[in-house]
Amino acid sequence: MSQHVAIVPAHNEAGAIAGTVREIREHAPDFDVLVIDDGSTDGTAARARQAGARVLTLPFNLGIGGAVQSGYLWALEHGYQIAVQVDGDGQHDPRYIRELLEHLRARPEFNMVTGSRFLAGSEDGYRSSAPRRAGIGLFARIVSVITGQRVTDPTSGFRLTNRRGIELFARDYPHDYPEVEAILLMHAHRLRSCEIPVRMRPRTSGVSAISSTQPAYYMIKVLLAVFVGLFRAKPNIDPGDRPPVTAEHTI
Amino acid sequence: METRLRIAAIVATSGLLLVIFELVRRKRLMERYALLWLLAGTTLIVLAVWKGLLTTLANKVGIFYPPSALFAVALAVILILLVHFSLVISRLSDQNKVLAQRVGMLQERLEAQERASGVAGDPAEAATGADAGAGGGQERPSTIEEELSRTG
Repeated sequence: MSQHVAIVPAHNEAGAIAGTVREIREHAPDFDVLVIDDGSTDGTAARARQAGARVLTLPFNLGIGGAVQSGYLWALEHGYQIAVQVDGDGQHDPRYIRELLEHLRARPEFNMVTGSRFLAGSEDGYRSSAPRRAGIGLFARIVSVITGQRVTDPTSGFRLTNRRGIELFARDYPHDYPEVEAILLMHAHRLRSCEIPVRMRPRTSGVSAISSTQPAYYMIKVLLAVFVGLFRAKPNIDPGDRPPVTAEHTI
Repeated sequence: METRLRIAAIVATSGLLLVIFELVRRKRLMERYALLWLLAGTTLIVLAVWKGLLTTLANKVGIFYPPSALFAVALAVILILLVHFSLVISRLSDQNKVLAQRVGMLQERLEAQERASGVAGDPAEAATGADAGAGGGQERPSTIEEELSRTG
């Protein structure tokens, strides 16, 4: 069994999932491919299986955070040393997985490498619509200030983490719209992350998790989470601390 | 509105907002459920601080005693929250049902496999679903506990 796994969250991506899986297997042959079928109602799971992926089917839609965390749990259980997150919709080009991995190997002080759309060298790739770019820019500034290092693309889900990152994310991962918070979570645990430029592609089919009606909710939710996060002195998920479900306590 | 009442309203609403904030900070309350409370608290605090707004609103809809308007707004907010929770509970019940069905099917499949490969040892025990919960209990729940202690 390989030491590396590609976690591919997919919700109703029957049109794109097979292509994504095949590309990962072609360009990153030493990665096992795990597709998280997040309660899809189309043929996503079947197509992913046909293309040669392992498929973890969730009984209902958990949302991107829960789906991705399932992948990290699976990776933790199966003893993988490296996990890379690749969106099922084809926006992330699996050709860059190798670069992400080599960067992490060359710089062992880092625990996570993110593929950024906004670093020099990725200018001609897909960079989202103008209003979204403005939102991403705002989050980039906030995250950069909090972490004390330059972060250009905090909403990118194209990330490669080592075992420490897998362990952390398997235990604690934000619920909805998790990318921005995940960087801060890493920072709170004194794990380090960095970025390398990647070119992304526009999605080929399906719909974004952040539909046209939701950006306001997205902004407010993430801003609230980031703001409240500033007041958490100590991350409460070190060994011996609370169990994964913390909402079970009453007032 | 009388100043003492306004102060009381501001203090109470600030207290509510602080409690919500603290619950989110301790990860007992998810952001997605906190937002509605924060919105409610903010609305009430704006009405309490901005004296003219409540009077104007009250006059517009024909309420002669402005604090009644505050009660009306609070009642509306509480109603919205209650409907929201009914929706959430419905969703959770439905998901819970799906989960239970899925676990039942997995257990059945596992027992069928165990029977087929003869791993179960005592076939009578593996054959009945009720026993499998207790009988297989020696092995499976302990792994789940290990799992929780490891991941938790």
